[in-house]
Amino acid sequence: MLQAVVSLLVIGAAFGSLLAVASRKFAVAVDPRVETIQSSLPGANCGACGYPGCSGFAEAVAAGEAPADGCPVGGTEVARRIASIMGVEVAEREPEVARVLCGGGDREATVHYRYSGIEDCRAAALTPGGGPKACSYGCLGMGTCVRACPFDAMYMDRNRLPRVIEKRCTGCGNCVRACPRKLIVLAPVSKRVHILCNSRDRGPVVRKVCTVGCIACRLCVKECPRQTIAFEENLARIQYSGCDSCEACVAKCPTKCIVVFGQAAKATREA
Amino acid sequence: MAVAIRKPLRGGIHPSEQKHLTADKPIVKPPPPTTVTIPLWQHTGACCKPLVSKGDAVRLGQKIGEAPAFVSAPVHSSVSGTVVAVEPRLDPVGRMVTAVVIEADAQDALADGISPRGTLDSLSPPDIREIIHEAGIVGLGGASFPTRVKLSPPADKPIDSYILNGCECEPYLTGDHRLMLERAADAVLGLCLLMKAAGVEKGYVAVEANKPDAVETLLPLARETGITVVVLPTRYPQGSEKHLIKAVLGREVPSGGLPMDVGTLVSNVGTAVAVADAVYRGMPLVERVVTVTGRPVREPSNLLLRLGTSFATALELAGGLTEPAGRVVMGGPMTGVAQFSLEVPVVKGTSGILVLGEDESPPLASTPCIRCGRCVESCPMRLVPLYYDACARVGNWTRARELGVIDCIECGSCAWGCPARRPLVHSIRVAKSEIRNLAARS
Repeated sequence: MLQAVVSLLVIGAAFGSLLAVASRKFAVAVDPRVETIQSSLPGANCGACGYPGCSGFAEAVAAGEAPADGCPVGGTEVARRIASIMGVEVAEREPEVARVLCGGGDREATVHYRYSGIEDCRAAALTPGGGPKACSYGCLGMGTCVRACPFDAMYMDRNRLPRVIEKRCTGCGNCVRACPRKLIVLAPVSKRVHILCNSRDRGPVVRKVCTVGCIACRLCVKECPRQTIAFEENLARIQYSGCDSCEACVAKCPTKCIVVFGQAAKATREA
Repeated sequence: MAVAIRKPLRGGIHPSEQKHLTADKPIVKPPPPTTVTIPLWQHTGACCKPLVSKGDAVRLGQKIGEAPAFVSAPVHSSVSGTVVAVEPRLDPVGRMVTAVVIEADAQDALADGISPRGTLDSLSPPDIREIIHEAGIVGLGGASFPTRVKLSPPADKPIDSYILNGCECEPYLTGDHRLMLERAADAVLGLCLLMKAAGVEKGYVAVEANKPDAVETLLPLARETGITVVVLPTRYPQGSEKHLIKAVLGREVPSGGLPMDVGTLVSNVGTAVAVADAVYRGMPLVERVVTVTGRPVREPSNLLLRLGTSFATALELAGGLTEPAGRVVMGGPMTGVAQFSLEVPVVKGTSGILVLGEDESPPLASTPCIRCGRCVESCPMRLVPLYYDACARVGNWTRARELGVIDCIECGSCAWGCPARRPLVHSIRVAKSEIRNLAARS
């Protein structure tokens, strides 16, 4: 009995001291800030910052490789917290949300063949003609962006168009990267007016394939009091930096492809 | 020289050949169509710059598109007539490509300067390469790679063998078979010209064993010229460049490499005939043999069609359809491209127009993978298609790349035999395209 207790004590003491020595000798110096930074991050591991997960970003910030406001998901609040840990200043930045710049769902856009391949936009985009929709620029409607969203902030509506739930969208940009048609942009939340078309085709071609496409008429360009709508490659594009969401262009658009998001959006779309 | 018979390739499949529909139908040359739509981008490489505009009169064989880069091939008018439009039109690959639309006057007035350019003995290798380029010749097997570029390998890659590909392993297609029967002499002559242009001594003609009549026709010609006729077992995809080289010469093209990495060049029988035409008649590439076939086609046939003939016209020339079409495919059933419009034109890469009946082309109805491994067994590249499919479904592109998805030749053997009917080639294409996107981003 005594023998057993003593021998266990001795073995325990021996291993214990060995571990104590090892922990000193092989200690890895960790920046204590990494852990505090990581604890203030959202923890979604979405990859929007460009680093492998939140821990990767925290290490990069502590090492001075990434900016304190590099997490688009956390927004200003997280940026400020990280800045205080790092002892730097960050500028106030408006949060961004994803906007899908296409309004051509099943009801509006014509289809030129029956697609029976993999239900994924990236797969459909590789088939002849770039997918079943006659418009070679528009949304393919198979929800690849929705599946790419780590925040459940998107869904496919009954018209097979992706919708963004503004409240949940963190502006991480995963949907932007997933879309093979490059239809999704990140725009500041306050910019309510968007031109929902990405077609570079000429007006008559657009008219044939979609009822809500930009037909390159330039009425909006002429109407805009701040001259903030650019026009190139048969497509009008709002320059968000200059837009004050005055909505002057909205009523002018003959195909109603300029849409106001938020409360008014519903009225415009369902009218 | 003697016939050599080789071992079958590893993997591969035996799809129903369906070549009986057209194998004994001689090549027919129909009258020129009333309108042709000639895309200025029918080849791998840069799109041509138009040389004509609306209202211009053009003649048969006149150059209408100039190659703007080294990897490109000029385009010629396939009829004489008037240009009615130069605008983007749909091509059979599904792209909108600038095309020259010509209303034909049925005169077939030849352009100036179309005359014999010389002979095999009188021309130097650079001359032959230039004639091939000026004639707009590209690989007629389907990939449409400019032939002159193939004939100009870098100096550190010595070439010693030239293989003429007469396998035609795709089911249904018989254009190359008919060419080897009807124009065997031109095919061998074309091979000799290609060999001279590339500075190669050893020439081979590879034919699958299901075309014994072609072998018989080629043998006496081969004896005269010192070319070896190689008979290969009938197995899809024996006609794939890499498998052909392995079967004929026992050389393996390294991963990511080209035939020139193992000192070999491969051209299609149709290409060789086009080269012979370009040199001995001075005729640029303005027409090609197209097998118009399939059960719904009233008179399946091998037609010598002008480039730019619409698919609708081609089907009319073959007697129209006897039943509703389920699918119209450019090329063969294994690697062909399904069409959604019959207004698309015949291009340099159109080896066939295949119409499948409705019951022959049911919509995709795939079930989960049962891991039977049949795709692995049938893969001639010794790859693992089921894993690429799994990786593609979850977006694990890195893993797909590690498993060698880039080496896939997209022959479709895996999907053909899949009991779960999974669209394996489609998944592989997605993976390849995403890997390219990733590489471009970083």
